[in-house]
Amino acid sequence: MDGVGVNIAFWVLAVVTIGAALGVMAARNLLHAVLFLILTFIGVAGFFLLLSAEFLAMAQIIIYVGAIAVLVLFAVMLTPHAGQSNSETKMALPAGLLALCLAAIFVFVLTDTDWSSVGSAPSVGVTGLGDALLSTWVLPFEMASVLLTAALVGAIMLTRNPEDETPEADA
Amino acid sequence: MSYYDAWSAVLVAFIAGCLLVTGAIVGAKILAPFARERAKGVSYECGMLPIGRNWAQVNVRYYLLAIVFLMFDVETVFIFPWAITFVSFPKFVFYEMLIFIGVLGGGLAYAWRRGVLEWK
Repeated sequence: MDGVGVNIAFWVLAVVTIGAALGVMAARNLLHAVLFLILTFIGVAGFFLLLSAEFLAMAQIIIYVGAIAVLVLFAVMLTPHAGQSNSETKMALPAGLLALCLAAIFVFVLTDTDWSSVGSAPSVGVTGLGDALLSTWVLPFEMASVLLTAALVGAIMLTRNPEDETPEADA
Repeated sequence: MSYYDAWSAVLVAFIAGCLLVTGAIVGAKILAPFARERAKGVSYECGMLPIGRNWAQVNVRYYLLAIVFLMFDVETVFIFPWAITFVSFPKFVFYEMLIFIGVLGGGLAYAWRRGVLEWK
């Protein structure tokens, strides 16, 4: 299962993903930061592929690269002052400390876990996912649609223009 | 053919795509005539000097359309596992998906009624 190509792919993906994540932090222009974020998402999708979770990789591409990135892009473009550069703030030091603490926790968990006991995970394809989604987890599955609808209704309520409201005029 | 061998075609397509894009960019850099002039950096304003910044705030309507798009994007992802498995399941599984789509359709109908889909 492990080949040279897989190893090379892993390291290339790791460099690209971490580099893009650093680019999100370092980019002066917020739109460039969003583009770096999209590259990070694509890198994560590549990791899913390497873990033989191709459905998850597809979902990552469709949802994160396709839709979330568009949402973030529009959110940035809606912000009046986002065109100004992503300047230095006083929060850089606390944010860096927080990132270091998070990284320390991750490294601790990584080194503390007994990976040999994990073994090779059973490969769950789309079929297994569909089985679980439609039998055991059917309630969360239906709740997802309610959640999405609630998000849409909330966004409409937040962005409506009170002057545009014409309750019975254009019926 | 192992799992990763099946993806080698994707790798080849990826490398070919990278080569094509870099080839196009480098080719344009080498071949195209290039004039360095300060006025080229100014935002385009029909020959007039531009007023204000080059940052135009987009209409919030785009954001609503993006959210509608996200809804049906997520629905697509849920439909894939359902489409593969529902034949082997009892009949009510089919209706579970209909409920899912129905709720989203209700959201879309609400957006439609509120005029989100109209471009005034």
